[in-house]
Amino acid sequence: MKALLGLLRKEGYHIRRDRRTLVVLVLFPIIQVVLFGYAIRTDVRNVRLAIVDPSPDYATLALRTRFAATDVFRIVAELRRPEPLAQLFRSGRAQEAIVFAPDFADRLARGLPARVQIVTDATEPNTGSAMQSYALSLIRDYERDLRAAGSAVRIEPELRLRFNPTRESANLFVPGLLALILAIISSLMTAISIAREKETGTMEALLVSPLRPWQIIVGKVVPYLAIGFVSVLGVLAEAHLVFRVPVRGSVLLLLAEGMLFILASLALGVLISARTASQRVAMMGALVGTMLPTIMLSGFIFPVESMPRVLQWIAGVLPATWFVRIARDIMLKGVGIAYLWPETLVLAAMVLVLLALSARSFHVRLE
Amino acid sequence: MNDGPAAVVIRATNLTRTFGRFVAVDHITFEVRAGEVFGFLGANGAGKTTAIRMLCGLLLPSSGDASVAGHDVYTESEAIKRDIGYMSQRFSLYDDLTVRENIRLYGGIYGLSAARVRERTGALVARLGLEHVVESPVRAIPLGWKQKLAFSVALLHEPRIVFLDEPTGGVDPITRRQFWEMIYQTAAEGTTVFVTTHYMDEAEYCDRISIMVDGRLAAMGAPVELERQYGVASIDDVFLRLARPEGS
Repeated sequence: MKALLGLLRKEGYHIRRDRRTLVVLVLFPIIQVVLFGYAIRTDVRNVRLAIVDPSPDYATLALRTRFAATDVFRIVAELRRPEPLAQLFRSGRAQEAIVFAPDFADRLARGLPARVQIVTDATEPNTGSAMQSYALSLIRDYERDLRAAGSAVRIEPELRLRFNPTRESANLFVPGLLALILAIISSLMTAISIAREKETGTMEALLVSPLRPWQIIVGKVVPYLAIGFVSVLGVLAEAHLVFRVPVRGSVLLLLAEGMLFILASLALGVLISARTASQRVAMMGALVGTMLPTIMLSGFIFPVESMPRVLQWIAGVLPATWFVRIARDIMLKGVGIAYLWPETLVLAAMVLVLLALSARSFHVRLE
Repeated sequence: MNDGPAAVVIRATNLTRTFGRFVAVDHITFEVRAGEVFGFLGANGAGKTTAIRMLCGLLLPSSGDASVAGHDVYTESEAIKRDIGYMSQRFSLYDDLTVRENIRLYGGIYGLSAARVRERTGALVARLGLEHVVESPVRAIPLGWKQKLAFSVALLHEPRIVFLDEPTGGVDPITRRQFWEMIYQTAAEGTTVFVTTHYMDEAEYCDRISIMVDGRLAAMGAPVELERQYGVASIDDVFLRLARPEGS
């Protein structure tokens, strides 16, 4: 036990004294949140809006005025028929369209549900979803104001997404970011720090000492587990304070699932370092093996459902994919373990497999 | 040769290790007695490091038997690890830790009490004359000092045997000389020293040497005996004879 504490303290010295590591560990999560936070807000100003109003009327004009009045939208076309829309969307001249039903005003006046379509270009899912929710909220405001004035109106907006109908719900960058940061801190840092000891020869000294293999692994892994945990808290706090990203479900459950994912990443880091002899190779291995797939394939940015079948299979065996899914469900849908147990089981099984593999790979060098 | 019947602390019998079809160590048999300075010589790739790894419990033999400090290498590697010290050609010290932190780390790993670590640190630092750098990171001190420090750290837990794998690589002759004085002193205090080297002049300092060629033990004995046996003036010449038997 004392030997283990000594190892942990030693790892602490390494982390504290290596500027580069410190910078990566501390600045990376903070910067990422800001970067992605603002990237997600990419211009929901000046949305190019087309309006299709087959029968202009007091009611439709009132609503149109509201769209024209905000600086979120810029009306680029006012049409009587919906046919030219396709061309406008394809050319990119319009990003969003409000299509009133011909009988909109009529039904509104009679207290019947009045239909209006919101058509959104969702090529970029994040922007698409933001544009859509802006338009929707404007219509809801209008409806509420009318009701407050005493009329029993009902507007039935119908949402349409063009180009990317299976869009993942979007401003969900934080769950993905959690996965990315954890993957980097856990896999990359463990892989590098183990590879460094192999490179400098100190690993040999540890292996030839009475330390058990598990002690060496624990000594390597626990400091990064702790740092990963703190980063999760930091990212959640920053995302909440700066971007008001909610955690609707249980924070405890989220942290527990986070620990599962950290374990998977750490095991992957050990696995990578077992197969590489230098820090450089370990770094490349960890980047290619964890960071890239986490960014590209986990559903962090690109929705898994719209990937080619083969990539979906690959995504399916990535712990990050499952963690992103779990984290999104907890944070945004607020669901609990009752709904998430299948995903949690998959993640736990992956952790077991990876831990077993990494323990074995570490053992091979000792045999 | 040793005159007294000192106990055998390392015994290898037909010790063999293969990697696939490559035979790295080929049926080597030897004994090392307590308090000896035993030199293990050979060209790069002759199998020295593989042999030393098997003896230290880092690598399982493919066949043959060996015991170190009375413990079997197959079944008791954990016991072996407690009884030996080890210093490799690369450093076993952490560059970014201070001298004191390195000593404390290894003291803890080998189960020394905090008080004992403090006591040993003081003695060791005084003996090596490192008082003024004890709080400096190891990377800041000269190579020769690092090597002496690494050796002392390998002896921290007072092992019965210390394995030195090319300990003097890359240092100047004066430092090498000083290093060998430390080796003698260690042996005089009763610790067996098992040292690999490819500096043939260092071989002359050993009580006994063995020369490995292509995984086999080509010769073994006291340096003067070997020189007499091959009718040459130095171990360097013995080595050349063995390494290139077809020549001259």
